[in-house]
Amino acid sequence: MIRRILLVLALLLPPVAVATAQTVGDMPAECRVAQHLIENGVPLQRVAKAIAAKRLSILVIGAGSSLLPGPNGAQNAYPARLRSALAEQFPGVEITVATDVKARRSALEMVKALPEDLAATKPDLVIWQTGTVDAMQGIDQDEFSRALDKGIAKARSAGADIILMNSQYSPRTDSMIALGTYGETLRWVAVQREVPLFDRFSVMKLWGDLGTFDLYSATKKLDIAGRVHDCIGRLLAVLIAAAVKSEAPPEQAPK
Amino acid sequence: MAPVKTERDLRLDLFRGLALWLIFLDHIPSNAVSWITIRNYGFSDATEIFVFISGYTAAFVYGRAMQEHGIMVAGARVLKRAWQIYVAHVFLFAIYLAEISYVAHSFDNPLYTEEMGVLDFLKNPDVTILQALILKFKPVNMDVLPLYIVLLAGFAPVLWLLLRAPSLALIVSALLYSLMWVFDWNFPAYPSGGWMFNPMAWQLLFVFGAWCALGGARNLTRWINSPVLVGLAVVYLVFACLIALTWYFPRFGVYVPEFVGNVIYPIDKTNLDVLRILHFLSLAVITVYFVPRDWPTLRSKALWPAIVCGQHSLEIFCLGVFLSFAAHFVFTEVSNRVVVQFAVSLLGILVMVAAAAVLSWYKRVERQGPRPPATKPGYAGGDA
Repeated sequence: MIRRILLVLALLLPPVAVATAQTVGDMPAECRVAQHLIENGVPLQRVAKAIAAKRLSILVIGAGSSLLPGPNGAQNAYPARLRSALAEQFPGVEITVATDVKARRSALEMVKALPEDLAATKPDLVIWQTGTVDAMQGIDQDEFSRALDKGIAKARSAGADIILMNSQYSPRTDSMIALGTYGETLRWVAVQREVPLFDRFSVMKLWGDLGTFDLYSATKKLDIAGRVHDCIGRLLAVLIAAAVKSEAPPEQAPK
Repeated sequence: MAPVKTERDLRLDLFRGLALWLIFLDHIPSNAVSWITIRNYGFSDATEIFVFISGYTAAFVYGRAMQEHGIMVAGARVLKRAWQIYVAHVFLFAIYLAEISYVAHSFDNPLYTEEMGVLDFLKNPDVTILQALILKFKPVNMDVLPLYIVLLAGFAPVLWLLLRAPSLALIVSALLYSLMWVFDWNFPAYPSGGWMFNPMAWQLLFVFGAWCALGGARNLTRWINSPVLVGLAVVYLVFACLIALTWYFPRFGVYVPEFVGNVIYPIDKTNLDVLRILHFLSLAVITVYFVPRDWPTLRSKALWPAIVCGQHSLEIFCLGVFLSFAAHFVFTEVSNRVVVQFAVSLLGILVMVAAAAVLSWYKRVERQGPRPPATKPGYAGGDA
């Protein structure tokens, strides 16, 4: 709602270096309804170079909401969906997605695991999903914000670009987990460190509000969860593709 | 310095009433209606208004009691009030437990295995309930009352000093605020971290409100009415609004020069960031400038619903928290269509107004009744 009102104001300002998100592959309509929320003005230079060199390595580090249960969980969760969406978008580029996702990890715990992951996978891009566990444990905001800074610095010094991803929108537990301030801290750190933020919360909130996906339902079935993760993977690919295009056309790597 | 001996300033009731409505709307998770609340257009939110006005009315009510009956009697009354708020808080906690126990039994979704972990604390209620009783464990949106309890519990000596050396009291308060920033002081919370509203920070606004009530506001009148100050306030509010715009539209983040970002972020709510105080003060300056104390509309029917809520702030605040739980319950169990969100929000406010009206009526009846009039200054001057 506020977005709509602000949008009117926003249109009055000239856009600067806005990477217009473009559809990647044939994106299902249910994913596309949230595509306008994928916004980012920060180019991903390292990723652009890697794509030009036909070899892109991605590391997803996250907690429980980057996982899906079940025997096909890993195939259906968003990291694997991102890989196939990118493969469609960039044919001929060898894309690998490594994951380090374990439930119930705070930002700081992931920072501790990061050096080993970076050394093992040598990624061009780190996608860091965090915030939920910190909110559940009521971790101090300063501590959370310092952990984010550290993680970003580590990824960068290893030569990788980084994308931050915030919490899921979870209507049932909305009144129990104070995501608000953690989401704001993530946003501010992202602005300050010039890191793209994948606003998973707003995307899922929109799906919930529009009824695209029934996020309230009590179910053991995996179909909706799988479709949500599929869309998140595709939308992440949209963000990445746009951030690469907004970069000046990358020079062809000398052969 | 004597408390200002005039009749109750209805503007306080009006804005406290409005703040209570906004807090209710903000507390309903995923509520479309909450886009109207001020936190989306700047740095501060309804909490600042609530804490400031609570400080103001506390000084107004207990300041008079302290002058007439001395520090012991006034102190006892303040503590009694703090106790009432504690009881109210525990009551709300019981309702909260009921709600989430229900959710824990009725919800399962593979998408949210991580989030469901928040219900784990139900597995050891011995620890959780004890931590809640000592105000260390505070569920989401139940942070304001514990802050209020601590502020009132320590209020008697502050009031004593305010009545003798108001400027000194304000300086001590500001000093505590500064020391808190230097040494990172906060009350401990369970399971980790500190209080969401750090009492050592938020006391500044409470004491400032009290200081204004005891004559400070009168001394500031000349400043507040100066067009330069009002101009500055407007400029600052516009600046805050533009910054807030970039939160919703990251693409405009590029318009915020780096040094500005470095200076302003993060805007700390827990420790009541200076930017938040300035934002609240700007709002206050503009409000006082455009809404005079004797504004006839204050007595009109149109504003009565907000004013009557503001006059029963504790009861209506608690009711608001309960209603926000109930509203969330309706969204999860019945429907979360936007129409329903609007209807539930409106209905909630109507319930708050109706309850406040009943409380007013009951208070009048009690006063006129055959029994001798209640001698409770805490109520006679309105709730602190």
